Amino acid sequence: MEKRVRFTSAWLPWVLLTPQVIIITVFFFWPAAQAVLQSMQVQDSFGLSTEWAGLENFKTLFGDSAYLESFKTTAIFSVLVAVLGIAISLMLAVFADRVIRGALAYRTMLIVPYAVAPAVAGVLWVFMFSPSIGVVAYGLARFFGFEWNHLLNSTHAMSLVVAAAVWKQISYNFLFFVAGLQSIPKSLIEAAAIDGARPWRRFWTIQFPLLTPTTFFLLVINMVYAFFDTFAIIDATTSGGPGRDTVIMVYKVYQDGVKGGDIGSSAAQSVVLMLIVVALTVLQFRYVEKKVNY
Amino acid sequence: MVERRATLGILAHAVMVLGMLIVAFPLYLAFVASTHTAQEIVQAPMPLLPGSHFWDNYVAALTGHGGGAGSNAPVGRMMWVSLVTALVIAFGKIAVSLLSAFALVYFRFPFRGFFFWAIFVTLMLPVEVRILPTYKVVSDLGLLNSYAGLTIPLIASATATFLFRQFFLTVPEELVEAARIDGAGPMRFFWDILLPLSKTSMAALFVIQFIYGWNQYLWPLLATTSEDMYPVVVGIKRMIAGGDSGNEWNIVMATAIMAMLPPAIVVIFMQRWFVKGLVDTEK
Amino acid sequence: MASITLKDVVKRYGTGPKANQVIHGVNAEIADGEFVVIVGPSGCGKSTLLRMVAGLEEISGGTISIGGRVVNDTEPSERDIAMVFQNYALYPHMSVFDNMAYGLKIAKVPLAEIQQRVDKAAKILELGQYLQRKPRELSGGQRQRVAMGRAIVRQPQVFLFDEPLSNLDAKLRAQTRLEIQKLHAELGVTSLFVTHDQVEAMTLAQRMIVMNGGRMEQIGTPEEVYHRPATTFVAGFIGSPPMNLIKGVSEGARFIVDGQALPLPGAAPRAGELILGLRPEHASLSAAGNPGWQLKVEMLEMLGAERLVYCSAGHVLFTVRVEATLVPPKVGDIVSLQAAPDQLHWFDPATTQRIA
Repeated sequence: MEKRVRFTSAWLPWVLLTPQVIIITVFFFWPAAQAVLQSMQVQDSFGLSTEWAGLENFKTLFGDSAYLESFKTTAIFSVLVAVLGIAISLMLAVFADRVIRGALAYRTMLIVPYAVAPAVAGVLWVFMFSPSIGVVAYGLARFFGFEWNHLLNSTHAMSLVVAAAVWKQISYNFLFFVAGLQSIPKSLIEAAAIDGARPWRRFWTIQFPLLTPTTFFLLVINMVYAFFDTFAIIDATTSGGPGRDTVIMVYKVYQDGVKGGDIGSSAAQSVVLMLIVVALTVLQFRYVEKKVNY
Repeated sequence: MVERRATLGILAHAVMVLGMLIVAFPLYLAFVASTHTAQEIVQAPMPLLPGSHFWDNYVAALTGHGGGAGSNAPVGRMMWVSLVTALVIAFGKIAVSLLSAFALVYFRFPFRGFFFWAIFVTLMLPVEVRILPTYKVVSDLGLLNSYAGLTIPLIASATATFLFRQFFLTVPEELVEAARIDGAGPMRFFWDILLPLSKTSMAALFVIQFIYGWNQYLWPLLATTSEDMYPVVVGIKRMIAGGDSGNEWNIVMATAIMAMLPPAIVVIFMQRWFVKGLVDTEK
Repeated sequence: MASITLKDVVKRYGTGPKANQVIHGVNAEIADGEFVVIVGPSGCGKSTLLRMVAGLEEISGGTISIGGRVVNDTEPSERDIAMVFQNYALYPHMSVFDNMAYGLKIAKVPLAEIQQRVDKAAKILELGQYLQRKPRELSGGQRQRVAMGRAIVRQPQVFLFDEPLSNLDAKLRAQTRLEIQKLHAELGVTSLFVTHDQVEAMTLAQRMIVMNGGRMEQIGTPEEVYHRPATTFVAGFIGSPPMNLIKGVSEGARFIVDGQALPLPGAAPRAGELILGLRPEHASLSAAGNPGWQLKVEMLEMLGAERLVYCSAGHVLFTVRVEATLVPPKVGDIVSLQAAPDQLHWFDPATTQRIA
């Protein structure tokens, strides 16, 4: 670290750190270690005896088609959420940048979804799209002859959860893109304008390339969001259905562990998720935090 | 600004209005639904303008007198649980992280690097990847169905610690030196000088953590089994367990609106700090 | 024909009764190939005026014409201009070559010609070896040259410079000033150059526009502005150290300053309250008693080749520049100040306009 002025005290720093250290030890590291341990054990159905199983659980897991399916589902889901979320927010941010009158009102409105709990967002969207009473479902049937039923159709179900998840993330992405756009010096845009570039061209040749760090950062954040924070949305809308078609990995951990009682498998899945998060976080810090400073 | 083309200006407003409508529509619909009776809603299509049952529905929701086939827990109680949880988490996190960040930045002690990385690693352990073992720990400690069980496991966040650490690193060193010359010890410095400077960061973090705490779903789902300790976001999901026609959607929507209000109020009123803090946290 | 005409140009922010007018009716004719400097203190509106010519700010009133064509409603990209910004505004993610080629690519100039133009500009500005570098790898002076290169390759009708030297250190500033002069001599493009530095203005301008508070105080060659300033503002702004501007009352062949009567070589143009202007370099000192104004020495400043003597008549301070080789007076001494008779400027105190 850098040379800094520091206080000298033998005991104070320890005292200051204690609260956090205790909590993370008890509630982070211990459970995480337990999860790793359990992932390599098998419990009988009464939970009375445990046997060491090594990597058996993992082997079973990767041989389980339901698990592999959840992998695929999660991948599709997170890519859709990330890409759509970023594209829509970017467009909104670019236009918000041009608007002066009413800018605060627009921004205020666009921030609200951030405050909405994923669970509540799920409830709102399932209400709108309920095949029997939902307003949007009704509208689709009445005006487009489109029969919506996410309880039966897995594409509909996936679309619903993606829509709800993206709706909620718009605020976050929007704010970052607005900040990113504002950090581009106005003189660059003016210089491009004088060089003859029209707005569309200016966006693609100047603004978008300079937004790359922000975009990349949001890509990682959105993926992590799609992996984990969307649990409540799935639970509130489809509960993983129809069948297992919207079961994302974190949902499966819950289903197998809490509902199904299969500790070993659930723990193994947790470990896999842990590794994925580690990979994504490392990615974020290696490539994004090393921001290119112009 | 460059470009005086009127068309582009109009397009910009059009897009923004469209965006706003898409964002606002579910919320508007929820509000409308919360002002009608259940029958009016269930007969598709439901009316698009507010009805007259505002008070009936909200009172029913708050006191738990809805007649739905799903859960009928009093929303008033659940809002209270959510409020306490969110506030404890927000204040708790801020306090714990301030102390840790202070220790990490302003002191030199053995294993400092180790602790820094230990805290950093917790960034990679969201509650979702350790749900069952954490549940077991909380259960073993007898903390299920309690405020402590709902909040303490979520209080030690790395993001908050790093935010403060980053901020402390920008505080000029001269302040520390001046304080030492003035005879102030570390805790005095912390209390009299560092804290007042950190007000903006604390405000931003408060907003973020309040919302985080209020919106917690998976953890409370596991850590509580009795209805009177459910936060409102968990309660609302249980309300729709009755199937489309069994649910009292008007009550559900009233609950949804109420569930959204406190975080929305916090965000809107602390908008300025929140936006700044959000962007600065991650960067 | 790349002349620029400013007619009654007005700039207002906001509308209605609360509107803030920042530029009040500027009129100027800039000939084809002329290098005109707009100079004035911060906030005088010079950058705003330049940006209106560029099309980056809306024109609230009056007209601006480039090459005989009124451009009030024309987009910047269609005015055939190029601009050098104060902070260079180089595209950070593009190489020097791409920065300079950007405008040409948009104009669909064939690649071969782009290559040719960029190479030529790079040669003039000595940027040949930096063409593949990114802006962040260049020094401030090099970046400034790239900014100029970008303007040159477009071969526009007009160059606009917005305080391009302000971010450079003193030595680099002097160097770049010469380069700009050379460039103008070589290319001869009509140029509008904005600066707050009167030295830059005096050295670069063929003609200059002195602005203050949104008004054009004077337009003229450096000589005109120096020798016959039109207002007290111009008189005090141009020239360093600044011209002495003394308020007093003229009576016949005397000028009463703070109770003291100063003899004048002839009658003042008008009786009554006037402001007298005298440049420190146009006054000389001799021993007390000699014909001239009897003043008391308050302070001395040694500048190397010259010395500044501050002397007073009552509470009014005069600055006089003398050669350092002469024996200086001592503080407290009475000295006699002689002013060359044709170097006295007279201004009306109410209108600040020049009378003689």
